[in-house]
Amino acid sequence: MNILIFSLILLAGAYVAGLLGSLTGLGGGVVVIPLLTLVFHVDIRYAIGAALLASIANSSGAASAYIKEGITNVRLGMFLEIATTLGAVGGALIAVFTPTNTIAVLFGVVLIFSALMTVRKKHEHALQEGSRLSYVLKLNGSYPTPQGEVSYKLTNIGGGFSIMLLAGVLSGLLGIGSGALKVLAMDGAMKIPFKVSTTTSNFMIGVTAAASAVVYLQRGYIDPGIAFPVVLGVLGGAFTGARLLTVLNPKTLRYIFCVAISFVALEMIYNGLHHQF
Amino acid sequence: MKLIRKLTGDRDIALFVGQVLRTGVISASAIAFVGGVMYLSRHGADSMPDYSTFTGEGKEYTTFSGIFRGLATFKPSAVIQFGALILLATPILRVFFSLVGFAVEKDRLYVVITLIVLGIILFSMFGGLKV
Repeated sequence: MNILIFSLILLAGAYVAGLLGSLTGLGGGVVVIPLLTLVFHVDIRYAIGAALLASIANSSGAASAYIKEGITNVRLGMFLEIATTLGAVGGALIAVFTPTNTIAVLFGVVLIFSALMTVRKKHEHALQEGSRLSYVLKLNGSYPTPQGEVSYKLTNIGGGFSIMLLAGVLSGLLGIGSGALKVLAMDGAMKIPFKVSTTTSNFMIGVTAAASAVVYLQRGYIDPGIAFPVVLGVLGGAFTGARLLTVLNPKTLRYIFCVAISFVALEMIYNGLHHQF
Repeated sequence: MKLIRKLTGDRDIALFVGQVLRTGVISASAIAFVGGVMYLSRHGADSMPDYSTFTGEGKEYTTFSGIFRGLATFKPSAVIQFGALILLATPILRVFFSLVGFAVEKDRLYVVITLIVLGIILFSMFGGLKV
């Protein structure tokens, strides 16, 4: 295969990954790793480098729109980024000493967990009484809904912060945004409304990914020949996905894709266990 | 005074931060696209490198000086890598502008929080983590 054909196929594949990532809410970076490793037999380290770049592009592009709508809780994002960046740098450090097969297995497990998270029931809670720390850190806020501005308060900040630390480690280790874990921390532990959780999580992914990506760039994980089709393809796919989401309700689609992605994840685990990476 | 306070409110900072993110992503992908077209027109017919074994990139793609040296001679891969650098810089720049925003608001607590985040990122950049 020559470089032109490889790049074009990769561009098309990354486009589909970006589209899938957007429709399922998993993010294109996560979907592009199995594509690169299972289909193109690219070493998982190059795949991680390219996926991190794709995550940054995706997150930054989407975040700018959400900020404009005023849903993102910027203070909360900033505060929790202490945990995710710290974790991400740690994760990128551990990655050197972790065998690639272990990374593949772990990736598969996290992917299945993420797929489950996107199809579970969502609670649109808005607490009226927050914990003491939520006032001290000025984390309580409000967001616009069709019924008007809804204010919410936070609880269990320590728990949320700890899950964020773990999200950061996984992000640095596996080269993903780990948006699902971030949402679990905010929606599950801190009882933040779902919409605020997802947009704030998205807002944080760029910084989390950048913290580990600078380490990976210096280690030579980011190959220009893989990076450009992946970044452009995933961005294009995510853009189309965002457009599609406004016209169709992707509930059924989401289920189908999440099942499909779980099978891909199982294959990653299987191959990892049989030392195929 | 009232006007200044209004202009530097939370919302304006948030909007500016959004603008920074958008500009960063658009310019990074435009540069990567140009680099990609250059790369394909020069190397498109070559057979593809073996990506199945990890060798790591050389200094020309992993250091500032290497990337900029390549950029000066319009080396396609260096142009792509420069696009990647801009993409990496975008969220970091976002954190920096948030810092400025909190400082203008005299929100000391969040100035400190933002400085911690910035410190962690800068540490991973320059902290000799090249293993």
